[in-house]
Amino acid sequence: MTTLKNIAKAVLPFAILSGLVQFLSGRDILNPYWVQIFQLACVVAISALGLNLIYGFTGLFSLGHAAFYGVGAYTAALLTKQYMGAYGEQAFFATGAVFLCSLLAGGVAAALLACLVGLPTLRLTSDYLGIATLGFGVIMKVVFDNADSLVPQLGGARGMTGIQRLTSIPWAVAALVAAILVIRNLVHSSYGRALIAIREDEIASAAMGIDTFRYKVIGFTTGCAFAGVAGGLYAHLYTFLHPSTFDFLKSFDVLMIVVIGGLGNLTGTLVASFVWVFLLEGMRVALPPEYIEFRWVLIPLLLIVTMLIRPRGLFGIREFPLLRGKVYR
Amino acid sequence: MNGLQLGFVYALIALGYTMVYGIVRLINFAHGDIFMVGAFLAFYSIEKLHLPLPAVFALAAGGAAFLAVVIERVAYRPLRNAPKIAALITAIGVSLFLEYFTALHQVFGPNYYAFPRPFQVVSREVGGITVTNIQWIILLATLASLGALQYVVYRTKVGRGMRAVSHDHVTAGLMGVNVDAVIAFTFGLGAALAGVGGVLYGIAYPQINTFMGVMPGLKAFTAAVLGGIGSIPGAVLGALIMGLTETMTTAYLSSIYRDGIAFVLLIAVLLWKPTGILGKARTEKV
Repeated sequence: MTTLKNIAKAVLPFAILSGLVQFLSGRDILNPYWVQIFQLACVVAISALGLNLIYGFTGLFSLGHAAFYGVGAYTAALLTKQYMGAYGEQAFFATGAVFLCSLLAGGVAAALLACLVGLPTLRLTSDYLGIATLGFGVIMKVVFDNADSLVPQLGGARGMTGIQRLTSIPWAVAALVAAILVIRNLVHSSYGRALIAIREDEIASAAMGIDTFRYKVIGFTTGCAFAGVAGGLYAHLYTFLHPSTFDFLKSFDVLMIVVIGGLGNLTGTLVASFVWVFLLEGMRVALPPEYIEFRWVLIPLLLIVTMLIRPRGLFGIREFPLLRGKVYR
Repeated sequence: MNGLQLGFVYALIALGYTMVYGIVRLINFAHGDIFMVGAFLAFYSIEKLHLPLPAVFALAAGGAAFLAVVIERVAYRPLRNAPKIAALITAIGVSLFLEYFTALHQVFGPNYYAFPRPFQVVSREVGGITVTNIQWIILLATLASLGALQYVVYRTKVGRGMRAVSHDHVTAGLMGVNVDAVIAFTFGLGAALAGVGGVLYGIAYPQINTFMGVMPGLKAFTAAVLGGIGSIPGAVLGALIMGLTETMTTAYLSSIYRDGIAFVLLIAVLLWKPTGILGKARTEKV
């Protein structure tokens, strides 16, 4: 009973939020552009939560997050493209099921790759791990660029087109809620405590009997699976994929969101994702056309100022009540 | 020879990364953009001011050094005792700012510019290899910079300060080293080298724009890690390996793999020696 209550408590705010956005867009109060941005913010938040698990909770410095995001996006897009036609256009449940399976497959693909990359590289420490994952990101960009020589549908450097638009507000919000629930419960489980222990002091946690390498692989793989699912949602939101979206520089965007929100802080990541996406896209509309390139001048300035004022992130260690654990803290 | 030419330019940038990392443990992502500013200063001093070549080098190096010291003072110094990641994010912020600010129409502008050749290209054969005078200049300028660096680090008072701070900056401060000044000097010195690198890059690959620093910056940093970050000979060695691999890949495989192969190499080396080729392995103390 309490579990049901807890789930209801977590889902309710998001249901209200998505209902509100849905309602406003239905009445033409909110234009489609902003609705799309709202969905993008949900997608970015899922990916950022994944990186927060990797870097914020486990302390693994990963600079290759965008690569896993891309793997998820390409996998999911390829699957829906391949199997969607088979069940007819109108069958709602079949469409939904195929989409769900593709998203999960995107997550699994990203997780498998993360496992493959993580097994050798997670033995490296801090900055060296960062540069190795960054290198992996650059390698994956080259792979995406030349993917059409392996599978022609992936489009390679010309970009992948013809993806159906399947991501909608309910999908985006449901995925975000699921991501929050999974990560919150994971972080406050014995697994999560092991991950945090590794972040705080690897040697001490090894001495306490934690198999540090195994937990690091678990943390890294799970976080990357989140990126994969988010990538799948992204692919079916913009219906076009280009390798430059998954450039290594995009990994920095997610990293900045996580750090601005506060490492190991779920509230911060959520708020920072929404603020980041809305600032970035909002300035496109708010600034007069001749000043549009000032967008990327203002954002770094804001970023620097934020870091100078609050080096530990906007929220520090404060969390929304719903995201707090019972025992921990 | 083309590989060495690229390698030497990478070496000049890599030295800045390795020195800054060695002294404050910060990956200075803005370094590649300081390299870009050096190239642009040279571009304007040749195109608008018609300065002679030595003056161009001096101006680019001086301008880059000044910029780096300002950045260090404004953006990094206040975060010296904050978590490391805050400074790193600030570095990314500075990098983005430099790229997009200089790309504004009011500053340098977003276009590609043709870098003027200050002299005619002459190639001559030496012992069976064709060497252009550009390559001679790059070789000489890099060796001169390296010599100067070696002298500064090992033979001067400030160099001794740098080595002391990189070892343990708290103790160095207690021993009367002006830590802030030494760190600012390191940033400036690294940036001056990057400025020289920018001029050489402009002469060798005569097309510049404000985002030109991203890839060379990343590759130079990778080179520094490859050679063992914090080590000056390591940076040069890593950069030469990097330049040669890249040129070889373009020549014998295909240019599409060029960006990827260097990183495959990096990951391979890190797995074999986790602190780079010439890096010292540190045992963790409890």
